Amino acid sequence: MPAALELQNVTKQYPGAGGAPAVADLSLRVEPGETCVLVGPSGSGKTTAMRMVNRMVDMTSGDILIDGRSVMRSDPAELRRHIGYVIQNVGLFPHRTALQNIGTVPQLLGWPRERIVARARELADLVGLDPALADRYPGQMSGGQRQRVGVARALAADPPLMLMDEPFGALDPITRDHLQGEFERLKERVSTTIVFVTHDIDEAIRLGDRIAILREGGGLAQYATPGELLLHPADAFVEEFVGADRALKRLALMQVSDCELEPVGAVPAGSAAMRDDTSLRDALAALLSDPDGRLPIVDAEGRPIGVLALETVHAKLRVEAGAPSPG
Amino acid sequence: MMLAQSGVEIRDRSDASCVADNGFCPRWIADNLDRYADPLLQHVYLTLVSVAIGFAVAAALALLAHRRRWLVGPIVNVTGILYTIPSVAAFFLLLPLTGRGNTTAIVALVAYTLLILFRNMIDGLDGVPEESRDAGRGMGLTRRQLLWRVEVPLALPAIMTGLRVAMTTTVGLAALAFFAGAGGLGAEINADLAFKSNVVVASALCLLLAAALDGAILLAQRALTPWSRAA
Repeated sequence: MPAALELQNVTKQYPGAGGAPAVADLSLRVEPGETCVLVGPSGSGKTTAMRMVNRMVDMTSGDILIDGRSVMRSDPAELRRHIGYVIQNVGLFPHRTALQNIGTVPQLLGWPRERIVARARELADLVGLDPALADRYPGQMSGGQRQRVGVARALAADPPLMLMDEPFGALDPITRDHLQGEFERLKERVSTTIVFVTHDIDEAIRLGDRIAILREGGGLAQYATPGELLLHPADAFVEEFVGADRALKRLALMQVSDCELEPVGAVPAGSAAMRDDTSLRDALAALLSDPDGRLPIVDAEGRPIGVLALETVHAKLRVEAGAPSPG
Repeated sequence: MMLAQSGVEIRDRSDASCVADNGFCPRWIADNLDRYADPLLQHVYLTLVSVAIGFAVAAALALLAHRRRWLVGPIVNVTGILYTIPSVAAFFLLLPLTGRGNTTAIVALVAYTLLILFRNMIDGLDGVPEESRDAGRGMGLTRRQLLWRVEVPLALPAIMTGLRVAMTTTVGLAALAFFAGAGGLGAEINADLAFKSNVVVASALCLLLAAALDGAILLAQRALTPWSRAA
């Protein structure tokens, strides 16, 4: 069962930090099963905020509730065994194989041996780890493979809540994009609430159900769904942080199938067809390079279902902007 | 002293002319090898007991200093001073306190192992990747579990390297243990320094012992840390 997470006026003040808190009076609620992305520039306290949830950092004031229960009421080690934890540098144990790493928390929880091994294999499969790597040591794996093991390890005991601190930050762009895609699919298959920290707004928009934008000094600038954030930035800081191309980012969140298509046949032969699950951003790029600004659209089986026009995409953006904020 | 007597004894046992010339005599060596068995065992005993005690003491100090970092400096200084005392002097300095025999020899030999063992243990523990520590804590390992399940296993290669150096050094130093009246192969060498066959056999046994112990630790390390060759 995924957990509800609530931060109530959470403040972290490091001693001798010149009076400026790392996290200031942060309040937000994450619904069960949601992925909440904490995003902000360096010094915005996003990692500190995340680490207070499993008490890797102790808060100065305020409270954090998991399913209504304060984290301060649990023994830290016991609390952490029920919260998945993934960090940027993965932190696999070099002296343990992939499967042994994945089985870390079940072992701490005292599961029987056979159940640990079975669960570890199941998780390795879930994150798409090549079975041949099961008995390899981290030193024998690539960065992407290690991060898969890291995610599997965090999910092993089926935690109701998972914390991820820039899990894809240290990977090359191609591996990162690949793992982000897999993470999107993984989210559908595991029911867990996720707090995900990143400095990359594109990653936040792609992976988050809700995004909390933190400003320097650890204050909450805006907490909203990706669509709402792009459509109605709360202030100049958020507007600048999401970037001048926020119209394009909104298109990235929509698919061709979200638009009304013109009837089949209204397109000159020879234009390359595009599938209806293509993002509108990619569709726009193709439309802009098409002489007529029109593209045939096919469904997943390759059957023609209509034609997408450049004006339609433009109109879609304006309709969305004029409509009441989604979410 | 008794050293002179045993020298005479060695010569009396053989009748070859080679022996009379203090030469290197394979025949004599083959016939007299068994007389080195007890000194060799005594040498092994001194070495293993000293390294074992040294390892235990160094481990206790390392665990203490791992929690209280400020202790590292003082412990390195003190064990460093022990390490630099000339070994012969150490044996003689200890004689009034512990008398002639194994105790004196072992106390001195233990003192020489501490710096090497302690330093390697601390280096090994310091070399544990910070992210492995963070991930371990974040998954709910207690400090004790983190120490025994993550930090100590990861420090093993450095610890074993220290153990190899300490072991071979101690085999060498134990050859001087006869100054403390503790026998060993050194006593045999000293018993007839002029007789080449004697010196060669006793020295060779020292070298073989050092090599055998070193090899044994190396094999143990390979078995204990299969991951370290993978990394």
